[in-house]
Amino acid sequence: MPKDGSVVRLDGQGKPLWLVLELTYRCPLKCPWCSNPVDYTRDAEAELSTAEWKRVLREGRELGALQLGFTGGEPLLRDDLEELVAEASALGYYTNLITSAVGLSEERLLALKAAGLKQIQLSLQSSERALTDALVGARAHELKLKVAHMIKALGFPMVLNVPVFRHNIGQVEEILALAEDIGVDYLEFANIQYYNWAMVNRDELLPSLEQLQTAERAVQAARERLGQRMTIYFVIPDYYEGRPKACMNGWGAIHLTIAPDGVAMPCQEARIIEGLDFPSIRDQSLAWLWNESPTFRKFRGDEWMSPTCRSCDEKEKDFGGCRCQAFLLTGDAANTDPACSRSPHHHLITAAIACAHAPGRRVQPLVLRNERNARLLAAAGGCGAAAAADVALAGVEVAHV
Amino acid sequence: MNDTALSPPAAGERYALNPMYLFRWEPTQDSHVLLYPEGIVKLNQTAGDILERCDGQRTVAELVAELQQRYPGDDARVAEGVYKFLEVFRAKGWIRRQA
Repeated sequence: MPKDGSVVRLDGQGKPLWLVLELTYRCPLKCPWCSNPVDYTRDAEAELSTAEWKRVLREGRELGALQLGFTGGEPLLRDDLEELVAEASALGYYTNLITSAVGLSEERLLALKAAGLKQIQLSLQSSERALTDALVGARAHELKLKVAHMIKALGFPMVLNVPVFRHNIGQVEEILALAEDIGVDYLEFANIQYYNWAMVNRDELLPSLEQLQTAERAVQAARERLGQRMTIYFVIPDYYEGRPKACMNGWGAIHLTIAPDGVAMPCQEARIIEGLDFPSIRDQSLAWLWNESPTFRKFRGDEWMSPTCRSCDEKEKDFGGCRCQAFLLTGDAANTDPACSRSPHHHLITAAIACAHAPGRRVQPLVLRNERNARLLAAAGGCGAAAAADVALAGVEVAHV
Repeated sequence: MNDTALSPPAAGERYALNPMYLFRWEPTQDSHVLLYPEGIVKLNQTAGDILERCDGQRTVAELVAELQQRYPGDDARVAEGVYKFLEVFRAKGWIRRQA
């Protein structure tokens, strides 16, 4: 007999274990930290058909995918969601629905249960109705709580996902109390990552180090109090960590995301990297996209790494961090992630923190994610605080919180 | 259900898989896997052998006897291994003691 605890953990062995389907970019909410592209409206007509998604599901299982996430946008806006869940369950996936709760009636929950859905991840933005509703740009708070109770009443395992930023980071204890009342199994405090819409609003959203430390202490106390009743994750904010996140466990290592138009990506943000081709499953097989496409091969292994990373004794641990963040902040995706204190560009992170917390800084309203703002941001040149300020001045829909 | 503080697994007890987890054979990994929200664990053969028998019906003593039959030679070592595995599984929340 082997020793106790010698349970093997998966390293992927070259298989895309995690398949994420962004069924649509459409969404009833307008979260100003949305991870969808800022120009998400560009190919709104190009969503894959039911038959095309089913092909992705089949080919994904052939490649060894085990975990499957249905996300968006809001995946419930696809009326073939139940059909796709049933197909995925029959193929042997562990099926996860990642949702805002908007559109999740008891009738649909029962249909999803019958289709074999295993788990639901619901987002909640704060413990206060007024704040949640202002942040997401819709009256959603009461509905989210109602749906959360319905999910547990039907016996689904449930993850409550709380995106964490300046406006809600002080509510850890109140959110914990709500989660306990609902009876969630996993509570995930996910410090938001600064790409796309979150990058537009970074100066307003980035919490301070003191706020983070207070939140982490509250999470630790709750873990000790709750034991196995609830698993609490606290996704680290890489801006304050000094070391980069092991993003996606490495580029093209175990994660495969399919965008609404069928484009295959190593992560949900990868399309922001300029100079890479992003072919769709309409053009190629999933096996080719995963195994052969130059984009997926680009940052595998360590050949591509900068000298900073290639000579680093932690490169097997964090893979040089996040390619998207390296591109977004330094203009070159092969650079060391600036979140790493060993990066020659780390000053960009410290400057961003200083900028977001500069004494006397003029507070800007949050730029909400919607179609008009997407067009205005595209006209203003995409991302960043400057574009956000231009857009804010143009009189767009914003959240005052 | 927080039973980590309780006594270690005992011969007359029965254990069952936590319903949060999906346990099954996965051909592409040539092994048993545990799937759960945001997680995958690939199990080695003995871990799979033991979890497969955490069905809420068998007692720990029966489970040990079956494993001793499957891995003949050193009964004491097999028994010790099963108890250790069960303790680890329970600490990880994969299995629960049946009332």
